[in-house]
Amino acid sequence: MIDALGSVGSLLLVGGTSDIAVATARRYLQERPLRVVLAARASARRGAVAEELRAAGATVEVVDFDADDPKSPERMVAEATAGGDVDVAVVAFGQLGEQEQLARDPDAVAALARVNYVAPVVVGTVLAERMRAQGHGTIVALSSAAGERARASNFVYGSTKAGMDAFYSGLADSVAGTGVSVLVVRPGFVRSKMTEGMPAAPLATTPEAVAEAIVTGVRKGRHTVWVPGAMRWVMSGLRHTPRAVFRRLPI
Amino acid sequence: MTGWGRTAATPALVERVSDEADVRKVLAEARGRGVVARGLARSYGDAAQNAGGHVLDMTGSDRVLDVDLAGAEVEVEAGISLDRLMNLFVPLGMFVPVTPGTRYVTVGGAIAADIHGKNHHVAGSFSQHVRWLDLLTADGQVRRVSPEQDPDLFWATAGGMGLTGVILRARVRMKPIETSQTMVDTDRTPDLDSLMTLLTETDHLYDYSVAWIDCVAKGARMGRSVLTRGRFARRDELPARKQADPLRYSQSVKVSVPDVFPPGLLNVATVSAFNELWYRKAPKRKRDQLQSIPTFFHPLDGVGAWNRIYGPRGFVQWQVTVPFGHEETMRHVLERISSSGHASFLAVLKRFGEGNPGMLSYPSPGWTLALDIPVVRGLARLLDELDEPVVDVGGRTYLAKDSRVRPEVFERMYPRIDDFRAVRARVDPDGVFTSDLARRLSL
Repeated sequence: MIDALGSVGSLLLVGGTSDIAVATARRYLQERPLRVVLAARASARRGAVAEELRAAGATVEVVDFDADDPKSPERMVAEATAGGDVDVAVVAFGQLGEQEQLARDPDAVAALARVNYVAPVVVGTVLAERMRAQGHGTIVALSSAAGERARASNFVYGSTKAGMDAFYSGLADSVAGTGVSVLVVRPGFVRSKMTEGMPAAPLATTPEAVAEAIVTGVRKGRHTVWVPGAMRWVMSGLRHTPRAVFRRLPI
Repeated sequence: MTGWGRTAATPALVERVSDEADVRKVLAEARGRGVVARGLARSYGDAAQNAGGHVLDMTGSDRVLDVDLAGAEVEVEAGISLDRLMNLFVPLGMFVPVTPGTRYVTVGGAIAADIHGKNHHVAGSFSQHVRWLDLLTADGQVRRVSPEQDPDLFWATAGGMGLTGVILRARVRMKPIETSQTMVDTDRTPDLDSLMTLLTETDHLYDYSVAWIDCVAKGARMGRSVLTRGRFARRDELPARKQADPLRYSQSVKVSVPDVFPPGLLNVATVSAFNELWYRKAPKRKRDQLQSIPTFFHPLDGVGAWNRIYGPRGFVQWQVTVPFGHEETMRHVLERISSSGHASFLAVLKRFGEGNPGMLSYPSPGWTLALDIPVVRGLARLLDELDEPVVDVGGRTYLAKDSRVRPEVFERMYPRIDDFRAVRARVDPDGVFTSDLARRLSL
């Protein structure tokens, strides 16, 4: 249960090896020990993350999750909640994709759409059902500023994030009054393993800053947070930029 | 729904029950998320909430089943309030054996939280005045339990926060009184040391005692307080005009607080001003003042829904004991609070007497401090830090007030928690009875 002062007792990280997921767990562990369920594909990194979080005071459970497998979300949520309620679930998996390859390879587009859109919305559906039954819980969905207005340089990625963002924003309204809440997080460019080797965009942020925004947003019961906060105004400006101008922007 | 602190709201299916058959019906319907009984919801935290499950509203089960005037005992249904017991029985010369700072609690809740009052140092807590109780357990059986009949189940239920079953009925020993007036002495003490000294030396002379303590004042004035102590008056102590009807009793809610207060209204500035006034308006030393039951025992009950002044974010009560011999820990804790910038205007200090065998019963020999604090940023960390020195010297937090203690700290506070779990495993192996509190602390 999230207690009266917003302290969290159990955390589910879907895409548990992502930098933002790990940073979120670390940030929560600075406050209190808690139960962390890592849902991810079996890998050396998953084991390393589990070890690290244990050392930081967490009780860690590991469950398998594969965004490519349509049966995986239900199984994963059932296993993750077998040991008790989940207070906060962070949906943190996703891929960036290579725009140049995506432009030529329909299979790659389908795969990215599955991982970035289909799997998150299935996970969201299963999580919301489970949390409605337990009568409490917060789902945190890692969207992206890129979904606010798709741009030529990464519009496939942007379109998947736009879709999942719309899903979770609508889900937030559909669960109003059930004790469940949904927080949509829209970071700008995050320096992480997903963006390794890419030149940082303006207002670039870090997994730690995103984690901070998640923890604060959950505590305050927010529905949307931008990271950094200024990204909201930048994207609002871009959204209203005439197309002829927008197309020519070097972004 | 929430508790009195209006924090951490969760939804549940609320079923109003008026008898045993109603309770059985809900038990049969409950699936997965379980059931918990709820009385008048004066627990500050999540004790009477059950997210996604069933909550039994017991307040409709409030009949008086038997009265023994000569023996001063009553047999009642668990949903009856102490308010109603007083209305019915004060005029007949019986007072409740133990009352907390509010009379709006049920007998079932009083047992489940094993409540204490200003007379703990002489009378112990509520469960010590319960002859027996009828408990509906998960198997559908009604068991009559008492300190003699299945003592383990009795002492797991007393203070057990409703997690062993539904308390249906109880037989309670009342306190015979000659009048409905109390004889009260008031003393103002300039600091914590003088308060503790005065209490230690003279507490045994009074049936009831409690100190209001200023938790915002710093430095030499830290812990300055207003101590009120008293006992029920004898008939011959009343003024002549009152002697004709010495047990006359009336009470009322004078005003109710509307739900319009913004968060942050109670801050260090407003609370300092209030505390200054409160301290100054108290007499330095006053003896043998006659006060009514509501004035002496339940001053806050005169204001309905006073919890709303904390605004929509709500508040928490941090109530802990510190064993005798560790007064420096109490001093340290108070210093941390008064210098923290958190505003507490309802702070209460009292000396407890002996504890009882209740496995999760709160009172134990020592000092008990209770503070109401509005929910603001940084409070979680402060209270986590304050729990440490308390638990290190063998102190503990009160479950009826708690809404935020760390689970692993709680385990250290209640060394008999595993005995409690063993009783629960015996009478409720599937965990039908559960609550948000039970889930939060893995009780």
